[in-house]
Amino acid sequence: MIDEDVIQATIGTAMRTGGEFAEVFVEDRRSTGAVLDDGRVEDLSSGRDRGAGIRVVVGDTTGFAHTADLTEAGLRQAAEAAAAAAKGGSGGTRVVDLTRQSAPRPNAVRTLPEDVAKATKVELLGRADEAARAQGSEISQVMVRYGDNRRRILVANSDGLLADDDQVRTLFSISCVANGDTGMQTGRESIGRTVGFELFDIYDIEDLARTAARRAITKLQAVPAPSGSMPVVIGKGGGGVLFHEACGHGLEADLVAKKASVFAGRKGEQVASPLVTLVDDGTMAEEWGAYSIDDEGRPAQRNVLIQDGVLTDYMWDHLRARKEGRPSSGNGRRQSYQHLPMVRMTNTYMGNGSDDPAEIIAATDHGVFVAQLGGGQVNTATGDFVFGMTEAYLIEDGKVTSPIRDGNLIGNGPEVLTRIDMLGNDFEMGHPGTCGKDGQGVPVGDGTPTLRVTSLTVGGTAA
Amino acid sequence: MSDELFSLADQVLADAKPGEAAEIVVERCRDTQVRVYGGQVESLSSAVSEGVGVRVVVDHRQGFAYAGTLDPAAVADALAEARDNAAFATADEHVGLAEPDGVAVPDLALFDPALGTTATERKVQLATDLERAVLAADPRITGLESADYVDSTTESVVASTTGVRSSSRDGVCYVMANVLAERDGETQLGFGFSVGRDPAALDVDLAAADAAERATRMLGATQPRSQRVTIVLDPFVTAQLISIISGTLTGDAVQKGRSLFADRVGDEIGSPSITLVDDPTDIRAFGASQTDGEGLACRRNALIRHGALDHFVHNTLTARRAGTTSTGSAVRGGFKSVPAVGCRAVGLAPGQLDQDQILAEVGDAILVQSVSGLHSGVNPVSGDFSTGAQGVRVVDGQRGEPLREFTIASTLQKMLRDVVAVGSDVEWLPMKASGVTLAVTDVTVSGA
Repeated sequence: MIDEDVIQATIGTAMRTGGEFAEVFVEDRRSTGAVLDDGRVEDLSSGRDRGAGIRVVVGDTTGFAHTADLTEAGLRQAAEAAAAAAKGGSGGTRVVDLTRQSAPRPNAVRTLPEDVAKATKVELLGRADEAARAQGSEISQVMVRYGDNRRRILVANSDGLLADDDQVRTLFSISCVANGDTGMQTGRESIGRTVGFELFDIYDIEDLARTAARRAITKLQAVPAPSGSMPVVIGKGGGGVLFHEACGHGLEADLVAKKASVFAGRKGEQVASPLVTLVDDGTMAEEWGAYSIDDEGRPAQRNVLIQDGVLTDYMWDHLRARKEGRPSSGNGRRQSYQHLPMVRMTNTYMGNGSDDPAEIIAATDHGVFVAQLGGGQVNTATGDFVFGMTEAYLIEDGKVTSPIRDGNLIGNGPEVLTRIDMLGNDFEMGHPGTCGKDGQGVPVGDGTPTLRVTSLTVGGTAA
Repeated sequence: MSDELFSLADQVLADAKPGEAAEIVVERCRDTQVRVYGGQVESLSSAVSEGVGVRVVVDHRQGFAYAGTLDPAAVADALAEARDNAAFATADEHVGLAEPDGVAVPDLALFDPALGTTATERKVQLATDLERAVLAADPRITGLESADYVDSTTESVVASTTGVRSSSRDGVCYVMANVLAERDGETQLGFGFSVGRDPAALDVDLAAADAAERATRMLGATQPRSQRVTIVLDPFVTAQLISIISGTLTGDAVQKGRSLFADRVGDEIGSPSITLVDDPTDIRAFGASQTDGEGLACRRNALIRHGALDHFVHNTLTARRAGTTSTGSAVRGGFKSVPAVGCRAVGLAPGQLDQDQILAEVGDAILVQSVSGLHSGVNPVSGDFSTGAQGVRVVDGQRGEPLREFTIASTLQKMLRDVVAVGSDVEWLPMKASGVTLAVTDVTVSGA
């Protein structure tokens, strides 16, 4: 994207005033989005963002500047601004040799979305709308979204690192409203992968639309969610996001270092049920949180965070790892060239157990079965988290019975980890997600087999 | 300053073809962020970002494209791309750009020049002072996750071939701390902030005291038992609740069958003590704005009057569909998106009693001081409401023991009807709503 000698000169400028570490991050992102709502393709949008973020580290201080001007002069100016922000002073010129590194590309894109006609993308929307509405006259509204983006990044730093990546993501979602005597209910389904337009060879649009419609129609019969502490069975795929919130964030080294995590200082301790092995894996081919290199140029890794219930490691970015004198775990990510990187998850999942999922339900006398979770939020200092249930049912006498209305689950991460007493053998990845931290959103994936938590607080309105 | 942005906009509009309506928004932001840790600057970033969004309407079809730069070639590409995109949209007779409607643009002082002239050293000092003040505020404060100073100035213009031509400039700054408190091995997190349009208006001590109070008040908190009770919401929580309610009162939600209040104009949907107004022309509101996302004047809109549903808010498209005129409520998430519809500055008309008096009036209750997971536990289509909460027990009108790890649940419809008191204590908050203390009966608390 930019000549190596220009990058080299920019790093030189950034280091000139006493920088100990400097980095240039260049990004060129193109995205397309199309929405069909209320039977109409309302608008097709496309956009391009291109620029560079430069950071300079002096002592414990990071200076950062970004620019959309990728000329040599524009980059020099940004490098000077970042260096000034880091308040360097010792002077001297240092020339850095850049060595291009290669990391395996987990995601071989077959059809770049930019090579696909807009009419073809729009046609998908209509097909999904039709299939959803055909599910029943109760379906009163359908919104279908298509999105793709291609993000090319280049990272170079004063350690001599030079690496690039070409990240393509394609996303599709359907949201339905069903209308009945009890009011309105919603159902949603989404898919997203780090692949190109071949996403639609993997998934059947009509099937996805029918799933979303069925969820909404089923919920018209929903009873108020129960309230209080009870056993909760979480279905395959859907539970990963809970562990992303409940313990993933607490295992991020930046929060750990500031003692803002309940998991600080607990490496080597038994923090979870022995059934639990929790992994963050940026190398999972085609998954939503996968990449070849992170936004600091480090190859993605598979990192085991909890092994058989024992806390094995945290997740690391360059700065935190450097302070601890260890390598980064490839978890340095940023929303765009306008943001500083920080420790973030990739694809976080809990591995398979050995229980038959049907047995898990049958072994549960009364409780709730959650087939699909919505978003969540965690207080990393206490581990308290909440989660929306977007598709859930009562479990009565060992059987899944009535659908229940939307509600929240609330619990404490460390406690939930110790209360997992059954783990299925049906592992599946869940839906594409966006993880928010400190105002920045990045794509993440998650997954679990079916699992049971012996007690969790369900926040419904029924006594 | 806006001359330069207008001149760029004019160049693009001059390229519009006959029969083609075009709108361009040009935006430039200047941001500073300082994070301090251990008395040192942990990170300092200062940058300008700019971009354009171009909307084209041809034969009642709309297309949009953006570019994250003001580079003329990229802007020209965006116009061509928007034009191409329009060809794939469904034709709709109501689709079209805003036209000047004669409503005068209010003159609001949304930009304080002091924001542009404050030295970086002063900004660093504010963050450093905040960290120091927090650590000194209470012996149980053991550290900070962050102590930040942030400011942002945005200039933008909207111009169209249909005659819209407006500019805006606003600036905001704040200090914010996320703080850790510890006692007997238990750690709690709290935040505090101070926000203003000028760094001199920031109150570091207040932000520190709030953060310390929020972090320490939850030490020793327990989980309440499940019960049905009256809850009293702190203004900060009420503001979040009414933000959600305001989202159900937009023309878009109503027309697309996603609002639980569609077809209910004139009906009693809430307690008579509820009057909800969106007023972006009130300078005290942090969402205050002179013009909306399509360049029309912002104005005061009453949504609910004494419990009766009065109005929905509209942008140009939803207004045409409803056979009415825009309420100046087009909102856009910067230059990268087409204008949607929404409120900017909703607030409840204040009542007569302050929080202490309301607590005395309700006697036994739970005072909810913060909520979490609102985005996932509230379904604005069905109205189902469930959120994680923290707060204190109220016995005989007095604040008592801290409570955590519980949920509060009801429906939006029922909560509006179950409001028994609206506080007099208006707090202006950095979000699209202001807050007051609010008491709501018969809410399900789910805990142990």
